[in-house]
Amino acid sequence: MSDVAARPAPNLLAKGWVKSGLIFIAVVAAAILGAQFDDSGTLYKVFIDPFQQMVQAPDLLAQTIWEGLVSGVLYALIALGFVLIFKASGVFNFAQGIMVVFAALTLVGLYEKGVPAFLAVILTLGVMFVLAVTIERVVLRPLVNQPDIILFMATFGITYFLIGFGEALFGGSPKQMIADQLWLPKGAIDLKLFGGLVSLQKIDIAAAVIASIMIAALAAFFQYTRIGRALRAVADSHKAALSVGISLNQIWVIVWFTAGIVALITGIMWGARSDVSFALEIVALKALPVLILGGFTSIPGAIVGGLIIGIGEKMGEFYWGPLIGGGIESWLAYFIALGFLLFRPQGLFGDKIIERI
Amino acid sequence: MFYREAGQFKSTYSADMAVFPLRQDRIGIAVILALAFIGVPLIGNDFFISSVMIPFLVFSLAAIGLNILTGYTGLISLGTAAFMGVGAYAAYKLTTAFPGINIIVLVLVSGLFSAAIGVLFGLPSLRIKGFYLAVATLAAQFFLQWAFVRVPWLFNYNASGAIEVPQRTLFGFPITGASASPETRYFVCLVLVVGLTWFASNLVHGKLGRSWMAVRDMDIAAELMGIKLLNAKLTAFAVSSFYAGVAGAMMIFFWYGGGEAADVFNIRLSFNILFMVIIGGLGSLIGSFFGAAFIASLPTILKFGLPALGVPLSGAAAEHVTFMLVGALIITFLIVEPHGLARLWQIGKQKLRTWPFPY
Amino acid sequence: MNVETMNVTGEPLHRDKGEVLLSVDNISLRFGGVKAISDVSFDIRKGEVRAIIGPNGAGKTSMLNCINGFYHPQEGQITYKGVRRAKVKPHQAAADGIARTFQNVALFKGMSTLDNIMTGRTLKMHRNFFWQALRHGPAMTEEIEHRKVVEDIIDFLQIQHIRKLPVGKLPYGLQKRVELGRALAMEPELLLLDEPMAGMNLEEKEDMCRFILDVNNQFGTTIALIEHDMGVVMDLSDRVVVLEYGRKIADGTPDEVKANQKVIDAYLGVAH
Repeated sequence: MSDVAARPAPNLLAKGWVKSGLIFIAVVAAAILGAQFDDSGTLYKVFIDPFQQMVQAPDLLAQTIWEGLVSGVLYALIALGFVLIFKASGVFNFAQGIMVVFAALTLVGLYEKGVPAFLAVILTLGVMFVLAVTIERVVLRPLVNQPDIILFMATFGITYFLIGFGEALFGGSPKQMIADQLWLPKGAIDLKLFGGLVSLQKIDIAAAVIASIMIAALAAFFQYTRIGRALRAVADSHKAALSVGISLNQIWVIVWFTAGIVALITGIMWGARSDVSFALEIVALKALPVLILGGFTSIPGAIVGGLIIGIGEKMGEFYWGPLIGGGIESWLAYFIALGFLLFRPQGLFGDKIIERI
Repeated sequence: MFYREAGQFKSTYSADMAVFPLRQDRIGIAVILALAFIGVPLIGNDFFISSVMIPFLVFSLAAIGLNILTGYTGLISLGTAAFMGVGAYAAYKLTTAFPGINIIVLVLVSGLFSAAIGVLFGLPSLRIKGFYLAVATLAAQFFLQWAFVRVPWLFNYNASGAIEVPQRTLFGFPITGASASPETRYFVCLVLVVGLTWFASNLVHGKLGRSWMAVRDMDIAAELMGIKLLNAKLTAFAVSSFYAGVAGAMMIFFWYGGGEAADVFNIRLSFNILFMVIIGGLGSLIGSFFGAAFIASLPTILKFGLPALGVPLSGAAAEHVTFMLVGALIITFLIVEPHGLARLWQIGKQKLRTWPFPY
Repeated sequence: MNVETMNVTGEPLHRDKGEVLLSVDNISLRFGGVKAISDVSFDIRKGEVRAIIGPNGAGKTSMLNCINGFYHPQEGQITYKGVRRAKVKPHQAAADGIARTFQNVALFKGMSTLDNIMTGRTLKMHRNFFWQALRHGPAMTEEIEHRKVVEDIIDFLQIQHIRKLPVGKLPYGLQKRVELGRALAMEPELLLLDEPMAGMNLEEKEDMCRFILDVNNQFGTTIALIEHDMGVVMDLSDRVVVLEYGRKIADGTPDEVKANQKVIDAYLGVAH
């Protein structure tokens, strides 16, 4: 055991949780004290006022949390695609975000060409399958046994190729998702909560429900099918999986196709909330801090991380954003993740980082 | 036949340790420098100098910066453009605050500001590695890009929100602003790039460069050699961001001549510079130049070259094809030659050395 | 653990060795619930070749990792050159004159043999950043001065022909030799060798043995050695410590250890 013994990841603060709790309490205490002597009220605005607002207007708080929850679900879905591929092939798939856009564009593009909506969904699935096979043949197979970093960069290549390809085929202008034709609900439910109105978009509820179903289905697929078992084997060790007769190539196609299905569903849900355009690509990068929070190999981590990031950035933007000029949503997620990394470098549910010599 | 090392004996270690130990290489470099300093300004027209050569120089410098971080030290950064932006805004603030100081000095000083910011965002690199670090550098990219728009102090509360490059002179010649000729701007860029490349080459061939590469190849062993990981990584971040910052300042002052800088230093630019480094060759300074030339000239070649060959191509289509080509080329390079154009160059030289015999 | 150890006091060693350079006192190292090392004590004297042997998983490499600061044991203490060390960092251990090689070759694969060995000189080079950026004057003088030292090591290890080749493509035996060279370039007082002969053929082993003995004799370097080849261990070492399941089961001269019943049981197995 000792020869291959794990070196625990160096802990910046031994017993990080205890110390971080202490630091937090100290900061809050200092803030309350400081606020007493604070003429301009800056500390008051940062540490007291937002919380007062939350208490005074719980309906707004509920609305903000709900909106965070919904965008969190969508981040989680993109992150899920990352995790699937990372688990099974060790590839950090930078192209997952663009696969979402590409899938949604293909669906809308086919519909505009006159294909009935549900047939278009099936055809798009076919396209995602072809994409998975192509990526496996053209990119993954020749790069087998290369360092992870090379594969990571190769997915940059895939990203750029798909951007150019998608724009060449479907044009760069934003498109409307065919939500009605896919029987997705429209409109909003207004809930009377805490003496105010909280408006829940039906499409958001649908998104949450569909995401949950899909995650349950994926979990079952991983747990109970033969292919699922093979996938878990590959995730543990490529060589060992090969030696018991599992075909890596086949597994990779399946994984990338699964990630493609996840991408299509994400694309439909996201597209129904806003337009389908390549602007989504930047938003999709938000899945990366989600991964840091959740760990690269954990499906529950992706979900929880997505929700934390979604809610965190909406609350931050709504309550603290105006203090420094607004628009902090573009980077807040990364900072939440960075702050988190200082205490748990492996993420919420990620495997412990071990170094061997 | 002409490229042989036969008969060139080295009798001192300093001769053996020279960056270009072969006489033919030294002649080659002299020819290239002569071409750059004399040939290009004589032959090239204004369009060629200001739209091809200056961008090439700026991108080369930025690529060298990223190569020091990613290629030599093994830390991926997706935030190069943001560090370039820091340089540009620092130079702008400095030159408006101290109009009397020469702009070239200020451009170099603004690199120091960029280096400081780079070190700040490099701090997490001690705790996190690989992909995690790549994501952390995205924090720098998005935060700084946000700051360029939202902090009006940075652009002196202009109504336009853009950097307005004032006219600055060197020996009485205008080198920035509307009346600066492309040739003078080109000369300034060339001198800066050649000088900084020489420094970079010295660094990577010395103790610091070896420490960086040791950290890249096997960080645990490097630590047991007495290399402090934090120091090595932070110096890499500092030097890399310095180069990026100077490149960013050059980009705004000598190339764009002002404009909406916040839009320029976006994540696409970060990616593009990363591609230059990959295609050029990780861990190779000359590769940075190859990569910059390749990525920077590809859109222009497609836009003007293909129609000239009789292939009709609209502007938008050219852009799409550029994207597809860049993507495909990255994959091709990673498969065929992960070490990029620089390795092909080396193989070529090796072939030339033994030519006309196969080995 | 009340482990019976062999008494070495009063036993004349076959080479006369000096005072204690490093002493390990009651070290215990745990990873979560797993005990890698429990309550091990031994010392290394100046100028000797000290072997650490034991079956796979006995805690030998962990012991080296503790000595050069890569792991920090939960209990016990390590005294080096008379100074008790608190949590020492690997680079501090290196600065104190502890060098090592690795079980699995840990060379800098992208660099040439020369550059690999030059990194061993890092701690001895002091020119600052700005001189390095110029690479002239003092910085160049310093480079040349250290290059001379490195060339001596290259001559000593007879690897002149691979000086400028990238180490990643060298055969295994040569890589191990380059790694030894890199450690020697640090001019260590204590050299930790983790299975320097693993995976070598007989001829390469003989070469490596010769190098180790030469290092010990010519430079007076103290050597701690992990090795599985018992013939090598018995020939090279002055004293041997034997670990099994993280515990020390024997300590003494090669002959004493060879005769120890516990050691024989550990290696051959014993019916319980």
